[in-house]
Order: sequence, then C-alpha cells, then structure tokens
Amino acid sequence: MEGLYFNVDNGYIEGIVRGYRNGLLTSQNYANLTQCETLDDLKLQLSPAYGDYLANVPSPLSTSVIAAKTTDKLIAEFRYIRANSTGTLAKFMDFLTYGYMIDNVALLITGTLHERDTRELLERCHPLGVFETMPVLCVATNVEELYNSVLVETPLAPYFKNTLSSADLDELNIEIIRNTLYKSYLEDFHNFCVTAPGLAGTPTAELMSEVLSFEADRRAINITINSFGTELSKQDRKKLYPSFGKLYPEGSAMLSKADDVEGVRAAVEGVGEYKAFFEQGMGQGVGSGHPKSLEDLFYQKEMEIAKMAFTQQFTYGVVFSWVKLREQEIRNITWIAECIAQNQKERISNYISVF
Amino acid sequence: MSGAGNREAVFATRQSLGVMKSKLKGAETGHSLLKRKSEALTKRFREITHRIDEAKRKMGRVMSIAAFSLAEVTYATGGGSNLNYQVQETVKTARFRVRTKQENVSGVLLPAFESYIAEGTSDFGLTGLGRGGQQVQQCREVYGRAVETLVELASLQTAFVILDDVIKVVNRRVNAIEHVIIPRTENTIKYINSELDELDREEFYRLKKVKGKKHRDAEEAEKELRAKMAEVGITATDKTNDGGEGVPDILEEKEDEDLIF
Repeated sequence: MEGLYFNVDNGYIEGIVRGYRNGLLTSQNYANLTQCETLDDLKLQLSPAYGDYLANVPSPLSTSVIAAKTTDKLIAEFRYIRANSTGTLAKFMDFLTYGYMIDNVALLITGTLHERDTRELLERCHPLGVFETMPVLCVATNVEELYNSVLVETPLAPYFKNTLSSADLDELNIEIIRNTLYKSYLEDFHNFCVTAPGLAGTPTAELMSEVLSFEADRRAINITINSFGTELSKQDRKKLYPSFGKLYPEGSAMLSKADDVEGVRAAVEGVGEYKAFFEQGMGQGVGSGHPKSLEDLFYQKEMEIAKMAFTQQFTYGVVFSWVKLREQEIRNITWIAECIAQNQKERISNYISVF
Repeated sequence: MSGAGNREAVFATRQSLGVMKSKLKGAETGHSLLKRKSEALTKRFREITHRIDEAKRKMGRVMSIAAFSLAEVTYATGGGSNLNYQVQETVKTARFRVRTKQENVSGVLLPAFESYIAEGTSDFGLTGLGRGGQQVQQCREVYGRAVETLVELASLQTAFVILDDVIKVVNRRVNAIEHVIIPRTENTIKYINSELDELDREEFYRLKKVKGKKHRDAEEAEKELRAKMAEVGITATDKTNDGGEGVPDILEEKEDEDLIF
C-alpha cells in the first residue's frame, strides 16, 4: 500500500536517482579505464560520464584533481536531489549528510585543539558535510566555546550532548570522539528509518535497516581489529560499538572481549556472511598487500547491498545506495588513476565493480 | 720545469745543502704517505659511490612503494577524510630519529647518520579506527622504511661530498710535492752541489796557484842564493878547503903519496 502515494512526493526523485544509477560506470567501462596508458587517456575514457567536469582541466592531470572533479559531480547531483526533495525524504537526505558532517566537525575540533586557524580548514571539509553555520565554528578559539557552538549551531547537537562533555573533547583522542559521534549517528539514523511516521513499515525501513546494520557491524569489526596494539581499552572500545546490527548484542559483547583476530573471528561466527569474509580474508593474512583484504570484502559487500537496493521500488534506500555506489566509483577511478600515474599496473584491477 | 731558475733562493753552503737534503727526504716521505692516503680515500670514495648508486635505486623502489601505499590508504579510508591533516596534527614527537656518529677514514672524519625508532610513541595509532586503520599502519611502516633509506642516502651523500673535497686537496698536495717541491729541492741540491764543486775547483786552482807561486818563489830564492854564493863562491870554497886542510879527504880523487917504509 505504501506504493500508492509514494510517487506523489518522491516519484520524480526516484526516477532521477535511477537515471543516475544507470549513468554509473559498468565493468566494460572499467575494463577500458584499466587499459589506459596515461591520465589523459583516462580522461578521454571518462568523458561520457564526467565530460562536463573534466573537460576544462588543464593538461597535466593529477589524480587528486580527477578525484576532486568526480566528487564535484556527485555533489552537484546530490544537491539537485536535495533541493527537489520534500518532507521525509528531505529529512532522510539530511541524515545522509550527517556522516560527512561528523568528519568535518572532527576536523575542526582537531584544528581548534592545536590552535590552528580553522578558516583554512573549511576548504578541506567534505562538501557534502557542509552546513550553513559551519563557519561559525571557526570563531571558537577554545574547546569550551567550540563545544557550545557545536551544540547550538549544528544538527549534530544531540550526538554531542548525549555522549560527550566539553572536557572529553580535550582529553579523548579525536578518533574516539569521531567514532563515538558516528555510533550515535548510526543509531539515530537507524531509529529514524525504522520508526519515523512516514517510514515505519515501508520498504525504506526494511532496506535501510539492512544497510545500516551492515554499516554498524562493519564499524564494530573494523574498530576491534584496528584497536589491537593501541592504547584503546576494552571498555572504551565497547562504547564505540553501535547498539544494533546483526552482531548486536552477543557478537558485540564477544568483540569487546576479543584480544586478537581469532577472537574477532569467534565473535562473528554467528553471522554467516561475515564468517565467510574471515575465511576468505584471513586465510592469507589480514590486509597487508593481499589483493582481497577484509576492507575490500566489506566494500564489495556494501556495493552488493547497494545494488540490490535498486531492485526495490518506493523506497528512499535508492538515494542512499546511489550515493554509496557513486562514492565507490570515485574511489575506483582514483585507484585506477593512481595505478596509472604510479605505473603499478599489476594491482590495477583491485577496484570493485558491481554493474 | 727543470730550468736552472727553478730553485730556492739559498746560499750555496754546506749547511743549506744539509737542510735541502733533509727537506728532500721529508718531501719524499710525505709524498709517499699522502699518496697512500689518497689511495685509501679513493678506494673508500669508489665504495661510497657504489653504495650511493645502490641506495638511490633502492630509494626509487621504496618511494614508489610508499607512494602506492598512500594511494591504498586513500582508497581504504574513502578519500574524503582529511587523513593528512589529522596525522599532522596528532603527531607531537618524532618517532623516527637520527643520531650522528663520526667515522675516521685515514684522518678524515666522516659523519654517519644512524636512524632509530623512539619506542613508545605511536601518536596516531588510532587513526582510521573506523576504517582503513590497517592500511594507515602499513603505510606508516612503508614510509618508515623509505625514510630509513633516505637517511642512509643522506649519510652517504655527505660522506661523498666531504671525501670528494678531501681527495681533491690530498691529490693537489701529492701533485704539488711530486711536481713542484721535489724537483725544486732536487734542483736546489744540484745547484748547491755544482756551486760547491765550483768552489772546490776554485779552491784547488787557488791552492795550485799558491803552490806554484811558492815553488817559483823558492826557485828564485835559490837562484839568488846561488848567485850570491857564486860571488862569494871562492872564499867560500877556500874556507871550506881550509876547513878540510887538516883532515885530508880520503875519498878525494888525488894521487895518494907513496908511502915509503
């Protein structure tokens, strides 16, 4: 029944997003890209998809320019959709930007903590995470002021208020702050998708619940693995795990007790797909130059989930999935460009293509 | 080179000959010592050149791996996050440090840089906690190795420059001794010798002259004497005969008177 009125508000957006999705590079395109000898060839190959953005770039191309220009396209399209969205979808898209906002705020906090001129940092911020009042944060010169302005000016206020005090900003490692915020954000987003009046019981709730659960689990596993050998204590680590997802609560509890990769493997035993990752990824060592690291496998899985999202109709999930797919595409292009620029062709096929 | 003019301004004396000879000897000893030093340095120099070559190749390899691992990090962390800035800001103390020590190669002090890793400082251990942490750590290790190579290369390059200078100086000295000082000293010795010989000959000639003169003088004196004696000759002989009257010379050739018994 939810399909009955969906198109009244969101049909146009969904149509646009599906159009954008069809514009994503396919395996065939990637195969062509990997054949390129120089970045100029790459530019030529990219011209159907990114012609408008890359056309005016002066000839000595660099990978960072390519990455920046391809990101520009994503930003422009995202803003277009955001401008055309209404009601719950607008709110949903705001939620999408919060993740980038957290990164930006963390960056500004780092700058303030080290007493740098934070205005310079504004340029480095991710454009998706820019919010109107962000320059206000630059006025703050000390942590206390910053904390207050974050509470007043940003949509992230609830995440800060519930988890961090102003003293924490000073004492905790910025990565811990970032991950604490991200955890709150994921929980909030999940909550929104599942319980918001316009979304509860719709395909959006179903789809987003899956996507966000995966994201939560991925973060939990990554945080655990990456914290081995650092000063992060197990109690602190436990606080960073989002309180939903397939691993929650038993898996999370076991993860919080894990001392090594084997412990993590035991913790994810209960979830079939993650178990499979560990069998593939860990068989020949974690990450470390192996073509399919755990990280890669997670990305692969994320992309598959995102691709599957397009099989459903009448859902906001497509917007989320489209953003993720486009981000992965940008990463892929950057990766291929790096491989070409650095003449490391043997690993050029390490990109992830799902279409 | 071996012009007669190319010598030191000395007085041709036996003393300065001695001085020159000891100087020549000193110069030869110095020459052989310096030559050996220069050879030792050159050997070292070649070795270092070789090692620089190797280190540079290695650097090329390591740096490209390092740059690539940074690309991996960018890929794993999603590119958008400001990883560089964060790492820059969180690092407070240097983890990778360099200390210098000196190495003595035939009297030349070559600085050698030695790298070590200060333990217990992992300022950005938590970077990329959410994602890409392993790549960040791996990248850090790779860059650590790259910096190690750079330090090695720096120490070799410094040694290279210093040795190059020193070898130039030593070779200049060797050549100066070989081609200027030794020939000049030898010339001086030759000059002194020839001067001394000259003096000797002069002296000899003078002595001969003196001797001749003396001889002539003696002859003249004798002649004069003779002449005088000739004037006074008879009396002188008479006197002598008188003297001999009493004791007849038995050896005189005269008829002995017959003795009648």
